[in-house]
Order: sequence, then structure tokens, then C-alpha cells
Amino acid sequence: MSQVTSHTDPILELRDVRMHFPVTHGFLFKRHVGTVKAVDGVTLILRRGEVLGLVGESGCGKSTLARTIMQLVPTTAGAVVLEGKNLTAGSAAEVHAIRRDLQMVFQDPYASLNPRLTVYATLAEPLLFHRVCQPAAVPARVAELMRVVGLAPRLVRKYPHEFSGGQRQRIAIARALALEPKIIIADEPVSALDVSIQAQILNLLADLVRRMNLSLVFIAHDLSVVKHISDRVAVMYLGKIVELGPAADVIERPRHPYTRALVSAIPAPDPETERTRQRIILAGDPPSPLNPPAGCAFHPRCPHAQEKCQLAVPPLAADGPTREVACLRLGEL
Amino acid sequence: MALLTVTDLRTHFHTRNGIVRAADGVSFSLERGETLGIVGESGSGKTVTGYSLMGLLPTPPARIEGGTALFAGTDLLHCTPREARALRGKRISMIFQDPMTSLNPYLRISEQLIEPLLIHEEISRRDALADALAMLESVGIPDAQKRLRLYPHEFSGGMRQRVMIAMALITKPELLIADEPTTALDVTVQAQILDLIKKMQRELGMAVIFITHDLGVVSGLCDRVQVMYAGRIVETADTRALFHSPRHPYTRALQRSIPSLQPKGTELYTIPGLPPDLSKPIAGCAFAPRCEHATARCTATDPALADVAPGHTQACLRVQAGEL
Repeated sequence: MSQVTSHTDPILELRDVRMHFPVTHGFLFKRHVGTVKAVDGVTLILRRGEVLGLVGESGCGKSTLARTIMQLVPTTAGAVVLEGKNLTAGSAAEVHAIRRDLQMVFQDPYASLNPRLTVYATLAEPLLFHRVCQPAAVPARVAELMRVVGLAPRLVRKYPHEFSGGQRQRIAIARALALEPKIIIADEPVSALDVSIQAQILNLLADLVRRMNLSLVFIAHDLSVVKHISDRVAVMYLGKIVELGPAADVIERPRHPYTRALVSAIPAPDPETERTRQRIILAGDPPSPLNPPAGCAFHPRCPHAQEKCQLAVPPLAADGPTREVACLRLGEL
Repeated sequence: MALLTVTDLRTHFHTRNGIVRAADGVSFSLERGETLGIVGESGSGKTVTGYSLMGLLPTPPARIEGGTALFAGTDLLHCTPREARALRGKRISMIFQDPMTSLNPYLRISEQLIEPLLIHEEISRRDALADALAMLESVGIPDAQKRLRLYPHEFSGGMRQRVMIAMALITKPELLIADEPTTALDVTVQAQILDLIKKMQRELGMAVIFITHDLGVVSGLCDRVQVMYAGRIVETADTRALFHSPRHPYTRALQRSIPSLQPKGTELYTIPGLPPDLSKPIAGCAFAPRCEHATARCTATDPALADVAPGHTQACLRVQAGEL
């Protein structure tokens, strides 16, 4: 939502990031039975001041990708580069220092706030831990954070259970803002909220991005929410990005068969559209990441799949100046 | 004659913090084969309405304080347990949001599928199993013969929801109550399940009460929609009228807060404040404190549903007075 001109310089770069989890059976004598390739070769650039939407169904690896960016899990391969510094190669102390620039907001505000800490303690902790300000300045800073997210500073002595879901998500956002990060990664921040509350949180996030020149990675499964807030959208399927481009473009004119199905599956809140449109109904469920199909991972559900789709993994290739699509049959569809 | 007529249903929860009026004077009716959507946010009373009809609420704390729900001559709210059992799972079925917690993890799905048949019909185990197989095939489970022997954890979320639908429909009910059946599913799977519900409804000619918070789901599926707020119905209309000319300020506000209806980059419309605490008495219209059109009269007078057009009723005093 910020000016296009501020979008030129990259702040975060993912280079062929892979996150594989071993699967073992047995307790004493662990047998290695397979590997879940949760994130399997993601290359992506996040620009300064940009909102990047990350969409996909459950199990596609979008949350794991967020955790990989945050370095909450050790990466299997590839590099996460923040302003020229490679986080995957950094020491613990370096990663610790960089954490200040990268903050996360989680889906469930009921589970991500410590129920035994008052809001004050929750917001003061990062300030004191990272020595952001003098201890004497903490109360003023906490009050300011409360105001920034639209809560009355007098509420700081309360505990999380005394707040509604939307207010709790505001507190979680305030906590993420406490260290003045450059990037916020929000993992399904509005999925647990009612429509009217969801709108409040979306407005708040959009406003903060604009005012503080933040970069935001917005992870969601709801395309209409993503379209509303994002500048660009990346669509994930089984650990890989299958389509990337400007948000409105991708959602209004999807190119990859999976994105097309995803867009057509969203129920429109308009009976006329619902009656007249052709819905693409995919057969089957998303495949298990433990045993992904050969070739293009989407081919067993794809209405346009041919023999070549079973053989080769399609690369994410440029489709016009702003878009990238990973489909072998792109030119033919 | 209507299949189901609910009149002034009042379900209250007696808790330590007071009486929560979860459903407070809900009245509606449903024709045979009709699909009725009940839409509302958390705590609006939509699920409690469904559970009250099925008699599934734990008593205490819940108590049906009043009202009637006539289904084919039987009052669901006041019938004997024996009468309720004869209807429930036979002529009225329900499906739930979370198929993992509503299937029994210890039983093969074959056992769970045939249970309603063995209870309600004079049928041999062998015939019941044949019916179960046919049902599983018609809800689109591939390789059904083999899968009958599996346990719920061996199915994916979408497949479990199909199993639950098969279980609910195996007795060919006249009414299906669906409580957020697609909320826990991915959009592509949600599209499959909605398609399946439509298909089964056509085949069996049953009526459906579809409870959801998602206005999008309702628009493609339902004939008629009613919007609930704070335990009451605030607006009922056929789907087209509700989406194209909503009258009640809450319905309008709800529609305006959906991101997909708004151009990108614009600020989303938000409803200020929070839904009311239902354990405290509400003076006048429950939505008045959040309503941009509220006047002094709104907090003084209890609104009642009244027709604004044939088949379109709503409960805003100012709309009824012709001021909005």
C-alpha cells in the first residue's frame, strides 16, 4: 500500500531455502522412514515497505517458511539474507541481534500471549531483554505502544483473559512492534477472528506498515483478505511457490491451474456471481508432503495435466515483467 | 405446511456469572426441501439455536426457557426423550464443524455408519453394511469398500467430513442441520463439500439449516438467510434480497466489512465496539451501542421483527419508521 518507489530495494532475500524434517519410527531404535519436504526450494525477495501475501492450503509449508525466516528452526539448505547478512550462516549471537529486526505475530492470540503476565509485563519484557531503552523509560514506551495499536494505556495492568480476541491480537501486534522491527511476519493473524473484528486488525496492520515503513509477510489461506492487504502475492503448493506477482493481478487473472482453482473455490458474497460462475472443483485432497507426486506436485489434481507434467518439475519462470509462474503448460493454456 | 416451525425459542445458560441469554426469542419456519442459512458472529446464538433443536445442550447449565419447535407435529423442545430419539438421527440429522471430534476414534467407520440404521430401522447387519457402502460411494469416497474398515484417523479432514455427511444422511433425513461444516477445511476442499451437500440435498429432497459465519458460503447455497445478533434474529430475507438490499444496519455493516467487496487499498469499514455481554440485560436494540444510526429511541424500545417487503423482515426501529 506504500508508494511503489519505495519498493525497489530488497530487505530480505530467500535463496533456494529448503526445510526438510526427518520422519522416524520407533522409540529406542529409530528407523528413518522418510523426509517431509515442508519447504522445498523457495527463492523470494521481500522489498522494503512491501506487504507480501503468502497463500496456500494447510500443509503447503507457509508456516514452516515463516519459521525458517525467523530462524526458529535450523534450515536444511539455502540462505536467508537480511540486509546483506546471511542468517543461516550466522552465530547464535548474530541471530539474536538480528531478531530485533524480525518479529512475528501468530494466529491464535489466546495461545501466543502468556496468561500469567499482565499486558505491561508482556510488552516490557522485549524492551528490557534487548535493552532498547532505559528501565525508567519503559512505562512511557509501553503506554505509547498501547496507543499505537489502539488500546487505552490504562489497560496495561490487566491479564490477557480480560481482553477479547481482537484486543488480544492488538496486544500481540504491540509486542511485535516493541523492538521497532523492520519486518513483521504475521502468520494467519485474522483467521481466528470474526469478520467485523478481522476488518479492524487488517486496517491496523495496513496503517502500521504505511506509517512505520515496515515490510510485512502476511500469511493466510483466505485470498480475499490477502488481496486486500498485499502488494504482491506468492502462492504455495506442497513446499514450493507456484505463482508470484502483484496481488490484484494474480487473484483477478490467475495463471497457474492451482491458483485458478483456489480463486474459483472462494465463495463470493454475491448470489448473482455464485449462480453464474463456473467453479473449478479439484478432485481429491492435497497430497501428503511425505510422499509427494513425481514431476509437478499438482499434476494428480490438475485438470490440464499431461504426461510431461509427471516427468519434470516445473521451474518458477518469468511470465511477463512482474509475474512468475511454475507450470510446464503455461504457454498452451 | 411448514416442515419446521420455531416460535419464540429462548435458551439461557445459568452460569456463576449470571444468566446468559444465548438465544432469546428466535422464531422462524422452514419448508420441505428449503435451505435456510443462519449467519452471525461468535456468540450470536446461531449454534445454540441448532443445538436446542437437536436437544444436544447439556442441562444444566443450559435451559430451554420457552418456545416451541414443531417438526411434523412433534414439539422438539418439549417431547419425551423417547419421542426425541425416534426423530433424532432418523428424520433430523446434524453435522458438525470438527469431524475429528465428532467421530468416535475407537470405532471403524463401518460401525459408525451403520449405527443409525441398526437403531432406527429393521435391517440386518449385512444389508446395513451394503447401505453404508453405497452411501460412502455417493459422498465421493474412492475405494469405499476398503475404506469402510478404516478408523477416523486414517482419513484426511475433507474425507472425514464426507464420512460424517454419509453418517448423517444414511437414514435419509427430512432435515439436516449443518453447523459450520466447512469452517475447518481448506477452500478447495470446502468447495467440494458444499457441492456435495447441494448434490445430496437434490437427491434426497431434504431441507437444510446451514449455520455459518461466512456470508460467501451462504450466498451460493441458501434460498433464504437469517442474520442473528446477540441471541436474536435481526433480519430474514431470501438470499438475493439480503445481499442486494439489506435493510438492517447490522447486516449492512457486516457486508461492508468483508474484504473482497472492497477495492484494494481502501480502509475496510469496521463496526466499532464489541458484541454485548449477554449475561447483562439489554435495553432496547442490542446493536444500538455499535450502530451509527442509533437514536435515543433505539435504547428505550425493544425492536420486533416486521415486514419491509413480502418475505423480508427486519428488526430495526428506524427502518420500520421509514427513517433509513
